[in-house]
Amino acid sequence: MNPKTVPGGPAGATPASPGHDAKYEPVFVGPIKARLDALFPKYPTRQACLLPALWMVQEARGWVPDGGIDEVARVLELTPAYVRGVLTFYTMYHQHPVGRHFIQVCTTSPCNMGGAEEVVKALLRETGCKELGATSPDGRFTVIETECLGACGFVTPLLVNDDFLENVTPERVPGLLQSYK
Amino acid sequence: MSSDLVNLTIDGYPISVPKGTTVIEAAKQAGVLVPHYCYHPSLPSPAVCRMCLIEVEKAPKLLPACVTTVAEGQVVHTDSERARKARTGVLELLLINHPLDCPICDQSGECELQDYVFQEGQPATRYSEYPKRFNPVEDFGPDVLYVPNRCILCTRCVRFMGDVAGDDVLNVSERGDRAYIGIDPSQPLDHAWAGNVVDLCPVGSLLSKDFLHKARVWDLDHTASVCTGCSQGCNTTIDTRDNIVVRIRPRANLEVNRHFICDTGRMHYRWMNRGDRIDAPLVQDGSRTMATDWDTALGKLAGLVGKAAGSTVILASAGASTESLGLVRRLVSGAATAAVRIPEGAEAPLAGIPNLALRKERAPNGDGARMLGYSTDWKAALKAAGAATLVIILDLDLTEVEQASIGGAKAVVVFGTLESQALDHAALVLPVTNTAEEEGSFVNRDLRVQRYHQARSAPGMARPAWWIAAEAIALAGTGARAPGSADAAFALLAETVAGLGGLSYSSIGLTGAKAEQGTTAGATQ
Amino acid sequence: MGYPHPSHARETVVLSQYFGDAGARSYDGWIKRGGYEGLKKALGMTPEAIIEEIKASGLRGRGGAGFPTGLKWSFMPKNDGKAHYLCCNADESEPGTFKDREIMRWTPHALIEGCALASYAIAAETCYIYIRGEFTEPWKVMETAVAEAYAAGAIGANAFGSGQRIDIVLHRGAGAYICGEETALMNSLEGKRGNPRIKPPFPAAAGLFGLPTTINNVETLVAAPHILMRGAAWYKALCKGNPKSTGTKLISVCGHVQRPGNYEITMGTPMKDLIYDMCGGMRPGRTLKAVIPGGSSVPIMTPGEVDTCIMDYEGVVAAGSMLGSGGMIVMDDTTDLVYQIMRLARFYAHESCAQCTQCREGTAWTTRILERILSGAGKPSDLDLLLDLADNMTGTTICVLSDSCAAPVVSGIHKFRGDFEAYLSGKRKPSLAGV
Repeated sequence: MNPKTVPGGPAGATPASPGHDAKYEPVFVGPIKARLDALFPKYPTRQACLLPALWMVQEARGWVPDGGIDEVARVLELTPAYVRGVLTFYTMYHQHPVGRHFIQVCTTSPCNMGGAEEVVKALLRETGCKELGATSPDGRFTVIETECLGACGFVTPLLVNDDFLENVTPERVPGLLQSYK
Repeated sequence: MSSDLVNLTIDGYPISVPKGTTVIEAAKQAGVLVPHYCYHPSLPSPAVCRMCLIEVEKAPKLLPACVTTVAEGQVVHTDSERARKARTGVLELLLINHPLDCPICDQSGECELQDYVFQEGQPATRYSEYPKRFNPVEDFGPDVLYVPNRCILCTRCVRFMGDVAGDDVLNVSERGDRAYIGIDPSQPLDHAWAGNVVDLCPVGSLLSKDFLHKARVWDLDHTASVCTGCSQGCNTTIDTRDNIVVRIRPRANLEVNRHFICDTGRMHYRWMNRGDRIDAPLVQDGSRTMATDWDTALGKLAGLVGKAAGSTVILASAGASTESLGLVRRLVSGAATAAVRIPEGAEAPLAGIPNLALRKERAPNGDGARMLGYSTDWKAALKAAGAATLVIILDLDLTEVEQASIGGAKAVVVFGTLESQALDHAALVLPVTNTAEEEGSFVNRDLRVQRYHQARSAPGMARPAWWIAAEAIALAGTGARAPGSADAAFALLAETVAGLGGLSYSSIGLTGAKAEQGTTAGATQ
Repeated sequence: MGYPHPSHARETVVLSQYFGDAGARSYDGWIKRGGYEGLKKALGMTPEAIIEEIKASGLRGRGGAGFPTGLKWSFMPKNDGKAHYLCCNADESEPGTFKDREIMRWTPHALIEGCALASYAIAAETCYIYIRGEFTEPWKVMETAVAEAYAAGAIGANAFGSGQRIDIVLHRGAGAYICGEETALMNSLEGKRGNPRIKPPFPAAAGLFGLPTTINNVETLVAAPHILMRGAAWYKALCKGNPKSTGTKLISVCGHVQRPGNYEITMGTPMKDLIYDMCGGMRPGRTLKAVIPGGSSVPIMTPGEVDTCIMDYEGVVAAGSMLGSGGMIVMDDTTDLVYQIMRLARFYAHESCAQCTQCREGTAWTTRILERILSGAGKPSDLDLLLDLADNMTGTTICVLSDSCAAPVVSGIHKFRGDFEAYLSGKRKPSLAGV
């Protein structure tokens, strides 16, 4: 048997063109900058504000584009490579654009035992997403499997954007999607 | 025994080492090499490769030798069954995603993964029929390629750039078995010292483009040398293949360059291989320049020097050896103007190592020249040369302007390496060896005298300049016996040159010795 | 209480009393329920006296390791002139565990009170509460509560008029199980990858920002004010004869029981009482197959082991597993154990930080072997391979993530070998497509 190759990694993560998106609009202006500035005194280093700063970029842009990496690096006096290394460690930062509503389904053991796979199928069917990680053609949804959401007694939990939904069954899926336009 | 020494036993060898020493370093002193990947003596230790796990009696778990410090009475086993099983286990895991491409890998032959697998790896894989991780080769910078498939994530490169170079341009990206060494596309790996990541990489994951597929390393000869790029005097190894210099790498010297050299020094070797060399003595005979033998040439040199009543000017390269600078200076008895030309460039420090930089003074032996009485007032020397009876040029390519300014000199003798039209005007041209072709010494900016060895054979009749000068001095009938080796030439200088007193080739050794500033000639240390 | 179910008579409700009571969330509501009295009392005591009281109570860390809390606090240097920090580990991510989430959702001020108390006891300049990124609702509740507590003067420049400065900062994670490991959490808080650090140095010597740091689990900190209010002797008495494991413990029960939820039990409660009585036992017609008692990182237990198991730190070890974080995954006879173990291995492979070789490569390889067995292509030698690999992954890495991946595999093969062999022999049809 010939070993297959597993794609992914550097080629996927690194944009093809050198230099970053020239059209990037800075995030850290006005109220968002004020929010970040208010954080600095709470920590002895600027670097400690890296995770919060990346959250702010994601809230503002829906994901963390290359320009956001550059901007965060500049604001926190870090290198873009350093920021990228940290960014890619944490699974909640989007390295690519995602649908308007980002749905994470827990499928770790306790949820798997409670039927999470069926909830995943229902979500893919109802959102029109062709596969996990893909965005629906209308740009409305992206569905991914995630590891333990920490609500194992409320199988199956979903995180839709910042809304934490418990006890989701395949039957409930069509109804709950309606509130996300 | 001093109380700041700790006594312990490693694999049955009792040793005493200073308090705070790591077990991995203590083991080296006991003659035991604990296999390791992430550990490097010039980098902080993350203890992540887990290759150096050792058994310490009374410790419940295996401990990483790289971050475990010695303790009084400790009994360490690096080769117990548990330790060996742990290492074999790590090797197996490192190999599951490692391609079997040693036949086309530049690291092959000096690969620590290959070495340890041969030493104690499993004979066959148990990871059959699964796909291996695949990622394409990435261009990291001017001289560095990253082959992620071979990477074992030891993170030496990341730590070098972050902790030593102070320029976080490499990272570990993603996590788990998807992890790889990452870079930001807007910021290539172009730091002045970036090439060290290639040496640090224990496998063939970071490659030098300059050395790419140039030679199999087992075909290389290695020669201890000193970098000629600047006055820092980094210790190097010159690697040659069939008499051709193909690579320069740092040679460890904790007092000078630790384990590193800059990219300027690393790339500064092509001149050593140049083919347009002067390979025989040339004498001016009326309108013709003729090749001749050494007896004739030496006789002519002695004659020219002897007749040169009045002013003689020596114009030398600060890249010439201490021995050559010293004996060429002695050709001229009495007063003479002697000067070296020292090219300059921007200083490029390696932030994390004190007193290590690519220096402004871009020649290896400016301080040796100063010690031997050479001036660095190049302009004044050129001016004097224009009115001199005799101008001696030591291993210099003069610019056209410089050439013109010495046009008034009555006679010119050239100790040279490269063919040039300028030689047509010289009364005598003497073919000399370059740094790679001779043995010699340099004095670095901290007055450390360091030896370099001969890495390739000299072309044609070329000889070290010190030999030529010494033979001519002997011919002139001073009664002095010409030294027959660089060692003897140095000893001769050490008798009279302040600073070199007490030093000899054997005391300088492979890592150099400090010259005593202001010591009198002949004084012993 | 057995939230989301009504409290069971056999529970000992201390920390979970107000789960489900939305009125307890606000500052005023918390004060009405007797909140912040423990902190006020503590502020009138010396830090040394507080630490002695906590030591005397026998309280042990509720995050999984079970280290004595008072002892941990006492390791903090005194008058060293350096800044000290308190970290509250609210990165609850261990599969099967969901207790800290409920504490923060329903009783945020209880956590603030516990943090403030501990900050005072260890002279912390700031307390950082590191909340996992996925806990959006607990985050919002905590954010509101911290603002209220500052506004009311419970914390801030002059906590309850004591002259003591207490600062609490919420810090949001971003999706990494390993940040629940204490040193990884500190790295994450510092704006780094969540890589566990080598110990020593231990956090009390060089922790967050390289300064003396204490890190405690949410449940541990929440217990402290109760101990000060009711006394160490009261807390110490909450056990069933084993003075090494005292107090109450929140047990998150999930999986195939009738009433999954958080149950607060006295240390020493028999496991079978919890499963068969409090949680209502198995679903109709089903029998117990296996239990993973302490979050997914501990050895799997058989029904026989469950029957004799006493739920405290020593008792669960005696029964062949560990109490861990108290997240109990209960599996009935419909469970494909091989599949669930693969699913756990996949979890660890996903969460490995990539530092140590055994973990980075071993967790992924373990997953692949299990996937292959499930696909029907397993080899007879695969079980020995899994065990050997697990041996290489145990006790050899910086943190215990690698050990955690190995534990269910090893115990699964030893205790439920037949389940694996059914796949290997073809008796059981593949449950995964070819890999």
